[in-house]
Amino acid sequence: MIRRWLAGRRRALVCRDAVALMSDYVDDVLDERDRARLDAHLAGCPLCTEYLAQLRATIDALGHAEPDDLSDDALDEFVALYRQWRTG
Amino acid sequence: MRLALPLRDELSGGPGFVPARRRRVHCARATVVTSAVVDEDADLVERLRAGDESAFVELLTRYQSRLLRLAQATVGSRAVAEEVTQDTWLAVMRGIDRFEGRSSFKSWLFKVLMNRAHTAAGREQRAGRPDEEIESRFDAAGHWIEPPVPWSDQVDDQLVATELAARVQSLLPSLPDAQRQVLILRDIEHVDPGAVAAMLGISDGNQRVLLHRGRTRLRALLTEEMGMKR
Repeated sequence: MIRRWLAGRRRALVCRDAVALMSDYVDDVLDERDRARLDAHLAGCPLCTEYLAQLRATIDALGHAEPDDLSDDALDEFVALYRQWRTG
Repeated sequence: MRLALPLRDELSGGPGFVPARRRRVHCARATVVTSAVVDEDADLVERLRAGDESAFVELLTRYQSRLLRLAQATVGSRAVAEEVTQDTWLAVMRGIDRFEGRSSFKSWLFKVLMNRAHTAAGREQRAGRPDEEIESRFDAAGHWIEPPVPWSDQVDDQLVATELAARVQSLLPSLPDAQRQVLILRDIEHVDPGAVAAMLGISDGNQRVLLHRGRTRLRALLTEEMGMKR
Protein backbone atom coordinates (compact mmCIF):
# COMPACT_ATOMS: atom_id res chain seq x y z
CA MET A 1 0.00 0.00 0.00
CA ILE A 2 2.74 2.44 1.01
CA ARG A 3 4.84 1.35 -1.92
CA ARG A 4 1.97 2.09 -4.31
CA TRP A 5 1.42 5.46 -2.65
CA LEU A 6 5.12 6.28 -3.01
CA ALA A 7 5.08 5.24 -6.67
CA GLY A 8 2.11 7.53 -7.23
CA ARG A 9 3.93 10.38 -5.55
CA ARG A 10 7.00 9.85 -7.73
CA ARG A 11 4.91 9.96 -10.86
CA ALA A 12 3.38 13.32 -10.04
CA LEU A 13 4.66 16.10 -12.28
CA VAL A 14 6.06 19.44 -11.20
CA CYS A 15 5.42 22.49 -13.39
CA ARG A 16 8.81 22.35 -15.12
CA ASP A 17 8.19 18.77 -16.21
CA ALA A 18 4.65 19.61 -17.26
CA VAL A 19 5.88 22.40 -19.55
CA ALA A 20 8.48 20.06 -21.04
CA LEU A 21 5.71 17.66 -22.09
CA MET A 22 3.33 20.22 -23.52
CA SER A 23 4.52 20.31 -27.12
CA ASP A 24 4.14 16.54 -27.47
CA TYR A 25 0.82 16.80 -25.61
CA VAL A 26 -0.53 19.27 -28.16
CA ASP A 27 0.62 16.99 -30.99
CA ASP A 28 -1.00 14.01 -29.29
CA VAL A 29 2.21 11.98 -29.34
CA LEU A 30 2.61 11.50 -25.59
CA ASP A 31 2.28 7.96 -24.33
CA GLU A 32 -0.78 7.19 -22.28
CA ARG A 33 1.02 7.37 -18.94
CA ASP A 34 2.55 10.80 -19.52
CA ARG A 35 -0.71 12.11 -20.92
CA ALA A 36 -2.54 11.00 -17.80
CA ARG A 37 0.12 12.58 -15.57
CA LEU A 38 -0.07 15.85 -17.45
CA ASP A 39 -3.88 15.84 -17.42
CA ALA A 40 -3.78 15.33 -13.68
CA HIS A 41 -1.28 18.15 -13.22
CA LEU A 42 -3.25 20.55 -15.41
CA ALA A 43 -6.42 19.83 -13.48
CA GLY A 44 -4.83 21.35 -10.39
CA CYS A 45 -2.49 23.98 -11.84
CA PRO A 46 -3.96 27.16 -13.35
CA LEU A 47 -0.49 28.51 -14.20
CA CYS A 48 0.40 25.57 -16.39
CA THR A 49 -3.11 25.62 -17.85
CA GLU A 50 -2.55 29.25 -18.84
CA TYR A 51 0.85 28.39 -20.29
CA LEU A 52 -0.69 25.58 -22.35
CA ALA A 53 -3.37 27.94 -23.67
CA GLN A 54 -0.68 30.39 -24.77
CA LEU A 55 1.29 27.61 -26.42
CA ARG A 56 -1.81 26.51 -28.32
CA ALA A 57 -2.49 30.11 -29.37
CA THR A 58 1.09 30.39 -30.62
CA ILE A 59 0.80 27.20 -32.66
CA ASP A 60 -2.54 28.32 -34.05
CA ALA A 61 -1.01 31.66 -35.04
CA LEU A 62 1.82 29.83 -36.80
CA GLY A 63 -0.78 28.01 -38.86
CA HIS A 64 -1.99 31.35 -40.17
CA ALA A 65 1.40 33.03 -40.71
CA GLU A 66 1.58 34.11 -44.33
CA PRO A 67 4.84 35.08 -46.02
CA ASP A 68 5.13 38.22 -48.12
CA ASP A 69 3.41 38.03 -51.49
CA LEU A 70 5.51 37.17 -54.50
CA SER A 71 6.43 40.40 -56.27
CA ASP A 72 5.57 40.93 -59.94
CA ASP A 73 9.26 41.30 -60.77
CA ALA A 74 10.12 38.00 -59.13
CA LEU A 75 7.23 36.31 -60.91
CA ASP A 76 8.42 37.67 -64.27
CA GLU A 77 11.93 36.38 -63.60
CA PHE A 78 10.68 32.90 -62.86
CA VAL A 79 8.42 32.84 -65.90
CA ALA A 80 11.39 33.89 -68.03
CA LEU A 81 13.36 31.05 -66.47
CA TYR A 82 10.55 28.64 -67.28
CA ARG A 83 10.35 29.76 -70.89
CA GLN A 84 14.10 29.53 -71.25
CA TRP A 85 14.01 25.99 -69.95
CA ARG A 86 11.08 25.02 -72.18
CA THR A 87 12.87 26.23 -75.28
CA GLY A 88 16.02 24.43 -74.19
CA MET B 1 23.46 29.39 -62.45
CA ARG B 2 24.00 25.88 -61.16
CA LEU B 3 21.43 23.41 -62.42
CA ALA B 4 20.65 20.51 -60.17
CA LEU B 5 18.55 17.49 -60.95
CA PRO B 6 16.40 16.04 -58.22
CA LEU B 7 18.15 13.28 -56.36
CA ARG B 8 16.74 9.79 -56.45
CA ASP B 9 15.54 10.01 -52.86
CA GLU B 10 13.75 13.23 -53.70
CA LEU B 11 11.78 11.34 -56.29
CA SER B 12 11.13 8.26 -54.23
CA GLY B 13 8.24 9.66 -52.25
CA GLY B 14 7.59 9.34 -48.56
CA PRO B 15 5.03 9.93 -45.89
CA GLY B 16 4.31 13.46 -46.98
CA PHE B 17 0.65 13.53 -47.83
CA VAL B 18 -1.33 16.24 -46.16
CA PRO B 19 -4.31 15.02 -44.19
CA ALA B 20 -7.46 16.70 -45.42
CA ARG B 21 -8.16 18.18 -42.00
CA ARG B 22 -4.86 20.06 -42.16
CA ARG B 23 -5.23 21.64 -45.57
CA ARG B 24 -4.42 25.33 -45.72
CA VAL B 25 -7.47 27.46 -46.25
CA HIS B 26 -6.06 29.51 -49.12
CA CYS B 27 -5.25 26.48 -51.24
CA ALA B 28 -7.94 24.13 -50.17
CA ARG B 29 -9.17 23.12 -53.61
CA ALA B 30 -8.81 19.37 -53.67
CA THR B 31 -8.25 17.72 -57.01
CA VAL B 32 -7.42 14.10 -56.24
CA VAL B 33 -8.92 12.28 -53.31
CA THR B 34 -7.66 8.93 -52.12
CA SER B 35 -9.09 7.00 -49.21
CA ALA B 36 -7.47 9.15 -46.53
CA VAL B 37 -5.31 11.83 -48.08
CA VAL B 38 -5.47 14.73 -50.51
CA ASP B 39 -2.77 16.11 -52.77
CA GLU B 40 -4.09 19.56 -53.38
CA ASP B 41 -1.62 20.15 -56.22
CA ALA B 42 -2.25 17.03 -58.30
CA ASP B 43 -4.13 18.87 -61.03
CA LEU B 44 -1.45 21.55 -61.33
CA VAL B 45 1.26 18.90 -61.46
CA GLU B 46 -0.48 17.16 -64.33
CA ARG B 47 -0.81 20.43 -66.20
CA LEU B 48 2.83 21.27 -65.55
CA ARG B 49 3.83 17.93 -67.00
CA ALA B 50 1.82 18.81 -70.09
CA GLY B 51 3.81 22.03 -70.47
CA ASP B 52 1.11 24.39 -69.23
CA GLU B 53 2.85 27.64 -68.23
CA SER B 54 -0.14 28.85 -66.25
CA ALA B 55 0.19 25.79 -63.99
CA PHE B 56 3.79 26.76 -63.33
CA VAL B 57 2.70 30.28 -62.46
CA GLU B 58 0.03 28.96 -60.10
CA LEU B 59 2.49 26.69 -58.33
CA LEU B 60 4.98 29.53 -58.16
CA THR B 61 2.40 31.89 -56.71
CA ARG B 62 1.37 29.27 -54.19
CA TYR B 63 4.82 28.21 -53.04
CA GLN B 64 7.64 30.60 -53.91
CA SER B 65 7.26 32.89 -50.88
CA ARG B 66 6.94 29.87 -48.62
CA LEU B 67 10.03 28.26 -50.15
CA LEU B 68 11.96 31.49 -49.72
CA ARG B 69 10.95 31.72 -46.05
CA LEU B 70 12.19 28.18 -45.44
CA ALA B 71 15.37 28.66 -47.46
CA GLN B 72 16.24 31.80 -45.54
CA ALA B 73 15.83 29.89 -42.30
CA THR B 74 18.50 27.51 -43.55
CA VAL B 75 21.03 29.64 -45.42
CA GLY B 76 20.57 32.99 -43.66
CA SER B 77 21.23 35.26 -46.60
CA ARG B 78 18.21 36.30 -48.67
CA ALA B 79 20.31 36.41 -51.85
CA VAL B 80 21.52 32.85 -51.34
CA ALA B 81 17.99 31.78 -50.41
CA GLU B 82 16.69 33.22 -53.68
CA GLU B 83 19.30 31.23 -55.61
CA VAL B 84 18.28 28.12 -53.72
CA THR B 85 14.65 28.62 -54.72
CA GLN B 86 15.64 29.15 -58.35
CA ASP B 87 17.61 25.90 -58.26
CA THR B 88 14.60 24.23 -56.73
CA TRP B 89 12.19 25.34 -59.45
CA LEU B 90 14.65 24.29 -62.14
CA ALA B 91 14.87 20.90 -60.48
CA VAL B 92 11.07 20.73 -60.43
CA MET B 93 10.87 21.52 -64.15
CA ARG B 94 13.45 18.91 -65.00
CA GLY B 95 12.24 16.28 -62.57
CA ILE B 96 8.47 16.62 -62.72
CA ASP B 97 8.10 13.74 -65.18
CA ARG B 98 9.79 11.44 -62.69
CA PHE B 99 7.72 12.60 -59.72
CA GLU B 100 5.60 9.55 -58.98
CA GLY B 101 3.16 11.09 -56.57
CA ARG B 102 3.96 8.75 -53.71
CA SER B 103 4.36 11.81 -51.54
CA SER B 104 2.42 15.01 -51.93
CA PHE B 105 3.89 17.51 -54.37
CA LYS B 106 4.37 19.96 -51.52
CA SER B 107 6.35 17.49 -49.47
CA TRP B 108 8.50 16.63 -52.48
CA LEU B 109 9.02 20.30 -53.29
CA PHE B 110 10.20 21.12 -49.77
CA LYS B 111 12.51 18.12 -49.83
CA VAL B 112 14.07 19.29 -53.10
CA LEU B 113 14.50 22.75 -51.55
CA MET B 114 16.04 21.50 -48.32
CA ASN B 115 18.57 19.35 -50.17
CA ARG B 116 19.75 22.39 -52.04
CA ALA B 117 19.59 24.66 -49.02
CA HIS B 118 21.72 22.28 -46.97
CA THR B 119 24.28 22.15 -49.73
CA ALA B 120 24.30 25.94 -49.93
CA ALA B 121 24.52 26.32 -46.18
CA GLY B 122 27.35 23.83 -46.05
CA ARG B 123 26.81 22.99 -42.45
CA GLU B 124 25.05 20.48 -40.28
CA GLN B 125 21.86 21.10 -38.43
CA ARG B 126 22.22 22.12 -34.85
CA ALA B 127 19.74 21.68 -32.07
CA GLY B 128 20.34 25.17 -30.78
CA ARG B 129 21.24 26.25 -27.32
CA PRO B 130 19.83 24.49 -24.28
CA ASP B 131 16.45 25.60 -23.13
CA GLU B 132 17.87 28.15 -20.70
CA GLU B 133 14.95 30.51 -20.68
CA ILE B 134 12.60 27.78 -19.62
CA GLU B 135 14.99 26.40 -17.02
CA SER B 136 15.47 29.84 -15.46
CA ARG B 137 11.76 30.21 -14.82
CA PHE B 138 11.57 27.35 -12.32
CA ASP B 139 13.08 26.84 -8.90
CA ALA B 140 15.15 23.80 -7.96
CA ALA B 141 12.00 21.86 -7.15
CA GLY B 142 10.53 22.60 -10.59
CA HIS B 143 7.89 25.13 -9.50
CA TRP B 144 7.26 28.43 -11.28
CA ILE B 145 9.41 31.41 -10.23
CA GLU B 146 8.09 33.54 -13.10
CA PRO B 147 4.61 32.26 -13.85
CA PRO B 148 3.06 33.08 -17.23
CA VAL B 149 1.05 36.30 -17.33
CA PRO B 150 -2.42 35.62 -18.72
CA TRP B 151 -2.67 37.01 -22.25
CA SER B 152 -6.41 37.17 -22.12
CA ASP B 153 -6.31 39.82 -19.37
CA GLN B 154 -4.17 42.13 -21.43
CA VAL B 155 -4.85 41.35 -25.04
CA ASP B 156 -8.12 41.82 -26.82
CA ASP B 157 -9.48 38.55 -28.19
CA GLN B 158 -9.83 39.98 -31.67
CA LEU B 159 -6.21 41.02 -31.60
CA VAL B 160 -5.21 37.52 -30.68
CA ALA B 161 -7.20 36.10 -33.54
CA THR B 162 -6.16 38.52 -36.26
CA GLU B 163 -2.73 39.87 -35.37
CA LEU B 164 -0.88 37.08 -33.64
CA ALA B 165 -0.24 35.46 -37.01
CA ALA B 166 1.34 38.65 -38.39
CA ARG B 167 3.43 39.04 -35.27
CA VAL B 168 4.54 35.43 -35.50
CA GLN B 169 5.65 35.95 -39.09
CA SER B 170 7.73 38.96 -38.11
CA LEU B 171 9.24 37.19 -35.10
CA LEU B 172 10.26 34.02 -36.90
CA PRO B 173 13.68 35.39 -37.96
CA SER B 174 14.52 35.84 -34.25
CA LEU B 175 14.58 32.09 -33.72
CA PRO B 176 17.67 29.93 -34.17
CA ASP B 177 17.76 28.50 -37.70
CA ALA B 178 17.14 24.88 -36.81
CA GLN B 179 14.14 25.74 -34.63
CA ARG B 180 12.77 28.02 -37.32
CA GLN B 181 13.04 25.34 -40.00
CA VAL B 182 11.15 22.82 -37.90
CA LEU B 183 8.47 25.34 -36.93
CA ILE B 184 7.94 26.34 -40.56
CA LEU B 185 7.72 22.77 -41.78
CA ARG B 186 5.62 21.41 -38.91
CA ASP B 187 3.35 24.20 -37.71
CA ILE B 188 3.08 26.39 -40.81
CA GLU B 189 3.33 23.90 -43.66
CA HIS B 190 2.01 20.90 -41.72
CA VAL B 191 4.54 18.51 -43.23
CA ASP B 192 4.52 15.02 -41.74
CA PRO B 193 6.97 14.70 -38.77
CA GLY B 194 8.85 11.80 -40.33
CA ALA B 195 9.30 13.68 -43.59
CA VAL B 196 10.54 16.75 -41.69
CA ALA B 197 13.14 14.72 -39.82
CA ALA B 198 14.30 13.18 -43.11
CA MET B 199 14.47 16.56 -44.86
CA LEU B 200 16.54 18.08 -42.09
CA GLY B 201 18.72 15.03 -41.58
CA ILE B 202 17.88 14.76 -37.90
CA SER B 203 16.31 12.13 -35.68
CA ASP B 204 12.62 12.22 -34.87
CA GLY B 205 13.52 12.88 -31.25
CA ASN B 206 15.69 15.85 -32.17
CA GLN B 207 12.95 17.19 -34.37
CA ARG B 208 10.52 17.07 -31.45
CA VAL B 209 13.03 18.85 -29.22
CA LEU B 210 13.52 21.59 -31.81
CA LEU B 211 9.77 21.93 -32.24
CA HIS B 212 9.24 22.24 -28.51
CA ARG B 213 12.01 24.81 -28.12
CA GLY B 214 10.86 26.80 -31.11
CA ARG B 215 7.26 26.97 -29.91
CA THR B 216 8.39 27.82 -26.39
CA ARG B 217 10.70 30.56 -27.60
CA LEU B 218 8.08 32.00 -29.91
CA ARG B 219 5.49 32.08 -27.11
CA ALA B 220 8.00 34.02 -24.98
CA LEU B 221 8.74 36.45 -27.84
CA LEU B 222 5.04 37.04 -28.39
CA THR B 223 4.61 37.79 -24.72
CA GLU B 224 7.50 40.26 -24.80
CA GLU B 225 6.07 41.82 -27.93
CA MET B 226 2.86 42.50 -26.04
CA GLY B 227 4.83 44.36 -23.43
CA MET B 228 4.51 41.70 -20.77
CA LYS B 229 6.98 39.59 -18.92
CA ARG B 230 7.78 36.26 -20.45
